[in-house]
Amino acid sequence: MAPGSSEGTYPEDLRYHEEHDWARIEGDQATLGITWYAQDSLGEVVFFDPPEVGATIQKDSSYAEVESVKAVSDVIAPLSGEVIEVNDALQDTPEKVNEDPYGEGWLVKVRLSHPEESETLLGVAEYRKLLDS
Amino acid sequence: MRTPLYEQHVQLGAKMVPFAGWEMPVTYEGIREEHSAVRHHAGMFDVSHMGEVEVEGPGALAFLQRVLSNDVARVGVGGAQYSVLCNEEGGVIDDLFAYRLGADRFLIVTNAANHETDLAWLGRQSRSFDVLVRDVADRYAMLAVQGPHARAVVSRALRIELPPRFHVAHIQVGRRPALACGTGYTGEDGVELLLDPEVAVPIWAELLDAGVVPCGLGARDTLRLEVCYPLHGNELTPDRNPIGAGLGWCCKEATGFIGAEAVARARAEGTAEQLVAFKIEGQGIPREGNPVIRGEEEVGTVTSGTFSPSLELGAGMAYVRSDLTDVGTELEIDVRGKRRPARIASKPLYAKRS
Repeated sequence: MAPGSSEGTYPEDLRYHEEHDWARIEGDQATLGITWYAQDSLGEVVFFDPPEVGATIQKDSSYAEVESVKAVSDVIAPLSGEVIEVNDALQDTPEKVNEDPYGEGWLVKVRLSHPEESETLLGVAEYRKLLDS
Repeated sequence: MRTPLYEQHVQLGAKMVPFAGWEMPVTYEGIREEHSAVRHHAGMFDVSHMGEVEVEGPGALAFLQRVLSNDVARVGVGGAQYSVLCNEEGGVIDDLFAYRLGADRFLIVTNAANHETDLAWLGRQSRSFDVLVRDVADRYAMLAVQGPHARAVVSRALRIELPPRFHVAHIQVGRRPALACGTGYTGEDGVELLLDPEVAVPIWAELLDAGVVPCGLGARDTLRLEVCYPLHGNELTPDRNPIGAGLGWCCKEATGFIGAEAVARARAEGTAEQLVAFKIEGQGIPREGNPVIRGEEEVGTVTSGTFSPSLELGAGMAYVRSDLTDVGTELEIDVRGKRRPARIASKPLYAKRS
């Protein structure tokens, strides 16, 4: 389905960053990605430029880029940590970021260096409120 | 400003963006889909933001011969011709098509961002000619229908005969006079319709019903870039000569147009930089403004870059030092700090398989 052709979805079990990123936190690890809103604003993703495994990423700073045909967008880290896995499948199928932003379109997995940072992230209700404002 | 089709775009769910003072659709269902519709079927673009200027009078031909770079005398009534509008230094004020509607009457179609500049320039230059230069942008909505099936669909849906490529014809649509032009900006066959704004909405609806895919400025840019058509403001600027841009073919210095001496000099002596097309080898998408690197030296600048939907790789155009412009030359593009290997490619970047 083309981006923009359905309403946005925002799973209950994720934590959100105001720069339109999500984190699925499991113990001291987290999976990160961009929200439905972010992929819809960007349009069809054609390229994901990931960080290297082992790289340190810092909350509120850019750690990767996603590009659509006409636009580049920095991906902001919702949490700090060390990259332990990169979604390599996106090299061949970057459109998964549009089609399944919370599933197959995940971007990286990190080992959290400051797990307490998650308290500053938004719940789904707060994030939806941000989108509506 | 809004075109007469603004509501149609919004109803179709288009993403609207500001462009040269207009609110224009950048995409409806996705740039790749729209791009592909034009390459393989038929797509339509609302280009009503483009400007129209009418030039009429006994001195019309002599005047246009003076301001346009091409040999306007070679255009018969019903013909169309591409030119650049140069300043005295040979810099490009705008690039445009001129349509000859009568022996002493021409219509020129300007880029939206340059319309006011062009009008002022043409007005000033026209003083010594027996000619009237009129801004008629409000009189026309403009629809570009492009793609291998575009002509067939348009002539069937609107029940009209279309002129051949690079020609213009007076037609009737919706019982109003209109112009059909065998021109476009996509590298595909097609027509551009200059319509009475009053009939733009029903004509758009008829073409939509006939299966023509609405396309936005995003696809317009990727389509033109793949076939290496220059865009004013990117490849063409008042500081650059048309020779460096590879537009020597539409400059006929013998006609004595404004800027002809500078153009003749550039043609004889060469320019420091020339416009080339390139493809990224591997990953990365070049963007406007990216530096072009050879070894450790900066040797040029990207003027337009994109992900090419037809080639499925990063590609673009760049001004590069003239000794490095051979097809096959290896360069690097500095894409936000990452060096991406690239190679100069022959123009156009995309050509239909025959």
